Amino acid sequence: MPIEGRAWCFGDNLDTDGIIPARYLNTSDPRELAAHAMEDADPTFAAGVSPGDVVVAGRNCGCGSSREHAPLALKAAGVGAVIAPSFARIFYRNSFNIGLPILECAEAAAGIEAGDRVRVDLESGLIVNLTKGREYRAQPVPPFMQRIIACGGLINYVRERMEGKDKT
Amino acid sequence: MERTGFLLPMTVTEKIIARHAGRDAVAPGELVNVRCDVVLGNDITAPLAIAEFERTGAARVFDPDRVVLVNDHFVPNKDIKSAEQAKTVRDFARAQGLTHFYDVGNMGVEHCLLPEQGLVGPGDLVIGADSHTCTYGGIGAFASGVGSTDLAAAMALGETWLKVPESVKFVYHGRPGPFVGGKDLILYTIGTIGVDGALYRAMEFTGEAIAALSVEGRLTMCNMAVEAGAKNGIVAPDDTTRRWARERCQRPDGYLASDPDAVYARVYEFDVAGLEPQVAFPHLPSNVRPVREAADVRIDQAVIGSCTNGRIEDLRLAAGVLAGHRVHRDVRLIVIPGTPAVYRQAMDEGLVAVFLAAGAAVSTPTCGPCLGGHMGILARGERAVATTNRNFVGRMGHPESEVYLANPAVAAASAVLGRLADPREVVSDAH
Repeated sequence: MPIEGRAWCFGDNLDTDGIIPARYLNTSDPRELAAHAMEDADPTFAAGVSPGDVVVAGRNCGCGSSREHAPLALKAAGVGAVIAPSFARIFYRNSFNIGLPILECAEAAAGIEAGDRVRVDLESGLIVNLTKGREYRAQPVPPFMQRIIACGGLINYVRERMEGKDKT
Repeated sequence: MERTGFLLPMTVTEKIIARHAGRDAVAPGELVNVRCDVVLGNDITAPLAIAEFERTGAARVFDPDRVVLVNDHFVPNKDIKSAEQAKTVRDFARAQGLTHFYDVGNMGVEHCLLPEQGLVGPGDLVIGADSHTCTYGGIGAFASGVGSTDLAAAMALGETWLKVPESVKFVYHGRPGPFVGGKDLILYTIGTIGVDGALYRAMEFTGEAIAALSVEGRLTMCNMAVEAGAKNGIVAPDDTTRRWARERCQRPDGYLASDPDAVYARVYEFDVAGLEPQVAFPHLPSNVRPVREAADVRIDQAVIGSCTNGRIEDLRLAAGVLAGHRVHRDVRLIVIPGTPAVYRQAMDEGLVAVFLAAGAAVSTPTCGPCLGGHMGILARGERAVATTNRNFVGRMGHPESEVYLANPAVAAASAVLGRLADPREVVSDAH
């Protein structure tokens, strides 16, 4: 199912302290984290973000700490996908593990402006800027990683597979 | 050096991964499933991992000797929620009968603690739900940070999957001068290649300056590999590592080296003979310049400690600068020994007395202020010089505060003069 929403734009090296400041890491409740998502990077984000909105960032997105709270906060805030030219490796892995889709696409990251309406199709990797009438192609998300997203994260995916094994 | 058992020329990183994948050879880009010698979590990342672990349906961790949990970030508990998180970790550690659970009293900053306690050794493969897990490359281990879900899976299985990283070699020629150590070498490196200059790659540190560096200095360098985006940092074990490991490590047998014909994605060569103490300005660890080029940057706080620079050698350096001096009246100096053993040794050597005489506050081990947790949060507009590893917006407190990253001697000299300072401005008889 395509993801559709407004774009929230950020620069290069968006770090995990910017996504969820450590002062809120005394909880791992996704709703509490969502209330402070992006607080130091864009204080208007948490109140303004709507389900399906897309975060569009610059190079090395998600750099810094290994806190899984960062993708959790974005997902719980309703973010449908994150698009950037490149990602820090721990953030990339954490995002898929908790079921937040990530797309590497420099053209989309450069062409999308804050407030543009964006549609993302994980299966094909097609990103459409509905406001500007432009299309960009990211690498499609491989089927097993789409399945991780559909399950809501790696652990659910593992459970689904283990249950499948039990039945056979 | 050692190619026994390996078919192809490989880097030390590739050899460790191959060994833990049960393979004769691996190549960059390959996805492999590896056995983990140690898996690590802390009071921030473990509670999430414990919840995920329980959802996997696993009843027991794969090995209670190899799952290490350390309550170090927000302890001694900074508030009720932190207390709940620490308790979650404590209850789980007890229920699982973990051998290596560290809490207030025997707890230290995890990446100071594990090498000191001999829980990681050369040739080990370690994953930890903390981005600075890469520190252990300083003793010749492959170590990399992951998130809580990966930790949960590894606690259950004792395995994880990895993409074999390309290696980048950094060769440091020459011997730097006084008050220039591992922190300056790594800041200089990140300043040169940028915060994504080694994205997804292994950073291998070698050359004359590395051979002369203590294990502590190497741990400091590998600690900040993640600040260049790297998957791991590593110094291949040498005699310095052997001497160090023999005294501590439970498995001091993984002495692997890179083959002379190993393949690197890139080789950087730096002449560091005349390198001066370096400082990373806000708000990126790559925003680096020599401290002498810093204009009159007034500071409100200095923090000496953390997984980057909380070891005994770091405290000796700081005390050497502070001896006979007082901290500037406008500066709060907070010294945080990395572990209880470091604290005891600092007392035995008279370093704590020097800190107290200078007007510093000496804290129990904690990550505390490094990530803006507690024990030294900055107000709006305040500036700190810190021996920590990150200076992102809001890292140590208010989003409009600033953090300058430097080595312990620079932090100590800055605390005395009330502004960013070269240690040679305070210690006149240095040579």
